Amino acid sequence: MTNTSPASSADADKVQAASRSATWANLAEFWYYFSRNKGAVIGLIIFIALVAIAVLSPWISPHDPDMQYRDSFLVPPFWEEGGKSTFILGTDAVGRDILSRLMHGAAYSLWIGVIVVSISLSVGIVTGLIAGYAGGAVDTFIMRLMDIILAFPALLLALVLVAILGPGLTNAMIAIALVLQPHFVRLTRAAVLSERSRDYVVAARLAGSGHIRLMFKTILPNCLAPLIVQATLSFSNAILDAAALGFLGMGAQPPASEWGTMLAEAREFILSAWWVVTFPGLAILITVIAINLVGDGLRDALDPKLKRS
Amino acid sequence: MLRFLLGRLGLLIPTFIGVTFVAFTFIRLLPGDPAELLAGERGISPERKAEVMKQLGFDKPYWQQYLDYILGIFQGDLGTSFSSKKPVLDEFMTLFPATAELALCAIILAVCIGIPAGIFAAVKRGSIADQAIMGTALVGYSMPIFWWGLLLIILFSGVLQWTPVSGRISLLYFFPQVTGFMLIDSLLSGEKGAFLSAVRHLILPSIVLATIPLAVIARQTRSAMLEVLGEDYVRTARAKGLAPRSVIGLHALRNALIPVVTTIGLQVGVLLGGAILTETIFSWPGIGKWLFDSISRRDYFVVQGGLLLIAGIVMLVNLIVDVLYGLINPRIRHN
Repeated sequence: MTNTSPASSADADKVQAASRSATWANLAEFWYYFSRNKGAVIGLIIFIALVAIAVLSPWISPHDPDMQYRDSFLVPPFWEEGGKSTFILGTDAVGRDILSRLMHGAAYSLWIGVIVVSISLSVGIVTGLIAGYAGGAVDTFIMRLMDIILAFPALLLALVLVAILGPGLTNAMIAIALVLQPHFVRLTRAAVLSERSRDYVVAARLAGSGHIRLMFKTILPNCLAPLIVQATLSFSNAILDAAALGFLGMGAQPPASEWGTMLAEAREFILSAWWVVTFPGLAILITVIAINLVGDGLRDALDPKLKRS
Repeated sequence: MLRFLLGRLGLLIPTFIGVTFVAFTFIRLLPGDPAELLAGERGISPERKAEVMKQLGFDKPYWQQYLDYILGIFQGDLGTSFSSKKPVLDEFMTLFPATAELALCAIILAVCIGIPAGIFAAVKRGSIADQAIMGTALVGYSMPIFWWGLLLIILFSGVLQWTPVSGRISLLYFFPQVTGFMLIDSLLSGEKGAFLSAVRHLILPSIVLATIPLAVIARQTRSAMLEVLGEDYVRTARAKGLAPRSVIGLHALRNALIPVVTTIGLQVGVLLGGAILTETIFSWPGIGKWLFDSISRRDYFVVQGGLLLIAGIVMLVNLIVDVLYGLINPRIRHN
């Protein structure tokens, strides 16, 4: 761009500055609507705390999560009779500190959410864009494929996929991403279909935009709101499904401190040591509630229909 | 209406063919050697292996195996279980009533509590009751149900000793299966206490399986009601002096329930998926536990047949819901 005149470059700067301030204004408006939902703010705070615990767990957890204290099998929480102050939430059947395992487990759950959502979101968006944009036989083929995936209960399909790929956390994440992905495809496709014939898209096409640019730069940014909400929902579903697979012995394998796997190990003690069962499940529940609260807040803040009312 | 129905059926056929292909391909991708599994011996001789593979039809080319499998489906032949040596369809039919009974109880529970709770929350929007109901629904919706089941066992079976831990009925009772539904069969048997025992066994698994659908239905009912309550015709009904009860019951509820019906239909997949976890926790002898055990033991034909039958049920229920939806809402039918 050596032949750009000074005037036009100043214009370009102005346009950039204007678009930047518009972005800030959008963010401020988003935060205004999001923060009006108190539950969403509480959810966000809990979520940030969980991320902090997950990141800092190697330094702040009181014990090594895999360390087995041979003199402290099934020690109850400190407030119960027989509890020890060094093991705040007690120990499991092989003498490992439950609190430390839960703190390290947070990292597993959050990673599962991030990776599953990244895979299913990116694959889902690309597939949905292609289906909606191309239409015709390509669209029909892709949508029937999604119908096939959706015809199976998600957990059952994930179980069979893990059985094929082999039990383990990575394969569990791949399987869950695959079963969650049709929702993103459907949403993206529906949004693309409604946007495709809008004036701004036609204008961009007449201005000479290529297919890729039209799909990703023109249409996609205008379909993001429902996708973001679905992504939060899938984040919590991924955590629940991964924990369920772990519980069934098909997800993360012992001695990993993944919460579902911890529950699987604790099952035989349900009637003798309530704490080994209660706390991992509570951790899953709190995490999922926090994410769903954030999801509800996002939906309120991003849904233009609700804003007007 | 007929055109609408045929259109929906036409969409189902390619999906169903796809489902058969998926079920067929998946079990051939499962690691392990079917011949060894069937013969029940490790390191069997090559001759014996060839014989077993031939017996299973695994020596034929893939396309022919697929064709045989499709032809089998039309004759009701889904293969034979490796472990029980019984036909897959027979096993399914024996176990299905247990899951159906559990799922029906769960959905009745979810509908009977979820819809009134949702209506109440919508009518009292913003009140403490609304917040309490929606808060509870959020917890239910976020619940890891396998943990919830364990907690209920600790409380009701362990501490209070009100309910049994597992199974469908106490071993003290023995009577012939008539319908396969334990509640009905125990009544028919006339044995004293049998019905009560069946109810006590059913209660916890039903609650666990109902939790997520209940929360989803309550949330959906509330938001559908809120939308309808803001409509002009509801305002008109109020303005002409109708009692609040009949405004809500007659005018609002009917229209609000349309999307709720779809939501209830969509819960069938959730229930069948949840049945795997619930039945495993409570040792409930249904198809969820049967399939999970079969996946673990690599019982090929059970997995293949089970996948197909479950997907078939989900598709059938979705079709029924679609048709119902078209019946209630003419706008859908004519689009």
